[in-house]
Amino acid sequence: MANMAQAIRLALHYAETNLDLKEVFGQDVGAPLGGVFTATQGVKTAWNTPLDERGIIGTAMGLALAGDRCVAEIQFCDYIFNTIDMLKFAGNTLWSTNGNYPMPMTVMTPVGAGIRGSIYHSHSFDAWATRLPGWKVVMPSNPLEAYGLLLSAIKDPNPVLFLKPKALMRVKGEELIPGEPSDEKELRTMIDAPLGDRTKWKPKWPKLEEFTVPIGKARVVKEGTDMTLVTYGRHVLVAKEALEKMGGQYSVEVIDLRSLYPYDWQAIKESVLKTKRVLFLNEDTEVTNFGEHLAYRVNTELFYNIYAPAKVLAGKNLPGIGLHPNLEENSVPQTDDVVHAIQDLMAQEP
Amino acid sequence: MYDLMVRARVLEERMIQVYRRGDAFFWIGGPGEEAFGVALGLQVLKGKGPKYDFLHLHYRCTPTLLAMGMKEEDALRLIMNKATDVSTGGRNFANHYCYPEWNVAPVSSPIGIQYSVAIGTALSQKRNKSKGVSIITGGDAGSAEGDFASGLIWSSRPGSELPMYITIQNNKWGISTDYDSQHGEKHVSDRGKPFGIRAKVHDGNDPIAAYLAIKEDLAYIRKTGKPAISEFKVSRLYGHSSASGANRVANEDCCLENFEKKLHKMKVLTAADFKQIREKHFENIRVLTDQIREEPAPSGDSIWDHTYANNENADWRNF
Repeated sequence: MANMAQAIRLALHYAETNLDLKEVFGQDVGAPLGGVFTATQGVKTAWNTPLDERGIIGTAMGLALAGDRCVAEIQFCDYIFNTIDMLKFAGNTLWSTNGNYPMPMTVMTPVGAGIRGSIYHSHSFDAWATRLPGWKVVMPSNPLEAYGLLLSAIKDPNPVLFLKPKALMRVKGEELIPGEPSDEKELRTMIDAPLGDRTKWKPKWPKLEEFTVPIGKARVVKEGTDMTLVTYGRHVLVAKEALEKMGGQYSVEVIDLRSLYPYDWQAIKESVLKTKRVLFLNEDTEVTNFGEHLAYRVNTELFYNIYAPAKVLAGKNLPGIGLHPNLEENSVPQTDDVVHAIQDLMAQEP
Repeated sequence: MYDLMVRARVLEERMIQVYRRGDAFFWIGGPGEEAFGVALGLQVLKGKGPKYDFLHLHYRCTPTLLAMGMKEEDALRLIMNKATDVSTGGRNFANHYCYPEWNVAPVSSPIGIQYSVAIGTALSQKRNKSKGVSIITGGDAGSAEGDFASGLIWSSRPGSELPMYITIQNNKWGISTDYDSQHGEKHVSDRGKPFGIRAKVHDGNDPIAAYLAIKEDLAYIRKTGKPAISEFKVSRLYGHSSASGANRVANEDCCLENFEKKLHKMKVLTAADFKQIREKHFENIRVLTDQIREEPAPSGDSIWDHTYANNENADWRNF
């Protein structure tokens, strides 16, 4: 099965071949590296830019104004902060021009901890991203949905932030991407660049098919009746680990939000009305966290239907993620933290 | 050209009056820059898409757009926040125009963004083997933003040069901060030289000189596909905006008065002609102002419109 980096590559290839994707660009995105996580390796339209995040976002905006589809990459979300006013401008362009200028552009950037990335390769951006009205914000938790969400992002007439959970970039999927060879060694031989000299290397792409994940739709990862756990990105996997560790102590329904904005309130509501308890889990810092908005909504709109207040488990409100594992693991939610949060929530009685 | 310059001046002066009468919350513009602005607008390859010029203008662009064919009504509806305002529907300040049918990108309040955004339109023009140019206007103070450097760096990548026309209207002010206290470089345009970008300085108060300089620059870019940077020395006749009073500054050189002296000396127009042209535009714009004042305001329930394309719901209450 393809890993997430390969899935993103496959999606970009499909889009440049079938969806009129014109440009894929960013720092180290083109040959010979093909991105620091190799997610753009071999992509025909991928090229290297100057080390200039504002130039990268501005270029994407200009291409969108000209009517061209593009995917721009900021190498790590830790370095996207100096573009925040441009992201705001991209998000409000259609609105502030009263519908004159759509801004169809996709920006992808790796987010989150989990690779011992120290202070400036571990930031999250989901809470910031959801405060950029006009943007759509998505984050996949597996390769197949990375493929499907990225194609949806490229096709969307609005600006879309495609947040890549960097800790999952080498995690293989459990389902084949349509057209992906079933033998993963064959896939590697076809689309992974060789070590050493790559000047004459060209990928041999499989015959891919279109597969999209609709933006705004969540997925129930696991059904349950005792409580609901809403998460996204790598914490879908952390949640599953926590439940395995608990050995079936509680029946927990896990929802992978996939799309942070617009978000699938109907899926959350339906599940919470069934289970009466909900935990929102993510790794961005906990103060003005996106999960707080969801918890607020549950606590106000579903107050008379729940057995316990909606709870948020998120990263601690620290200036950064320290490099040493003891520091990182005490900063962002780990498996045991999820176990404890579930047990605390289940212990509460109305 | 003279007629357009007068129209632009009378329109800006009327907009200041509109603000003073309480019919607008804010005025910002560029009276004093008509020589440069009109000269630019008359030479734009006007149309939609990468085959044509793209314009990334700052908030002193009324003369350029009038020269391109914009109606005075558009400026007045914009400053009075009317629902009929074609650029923003009453959502933004004066001089924040956009015209997709002419490739006029939305004017940005954050200073300097236009230099980075122009990279993208120039890239599209280059890929399409177009003769179109991405034209950027900006002030001297705004050249301190990092986006200005982005424009220089990205437009001059060896083998990947972009058809960008970077212009600076140097009025020697950034709101209340004077140029000389902030800039060590002799000319802003000198910053193009280390990148191999053709760089020149012009008298932006002389419409003929400005016209010829722009003509030469655009011809060079269309022919070579490479960028050029030109700095135009201009005047600021009414300060930065209504926030600084918008009063006429006595000691600034006026491009319109200078042009009138020249036209008079050359016996092209008489003093009576000058008076008649000004009165014609004054009266036309006065009547338009009175009409537009009565036009409808945007409705409060329109706030969610166009948050997403095709008016897809963006209000979380309705997710």
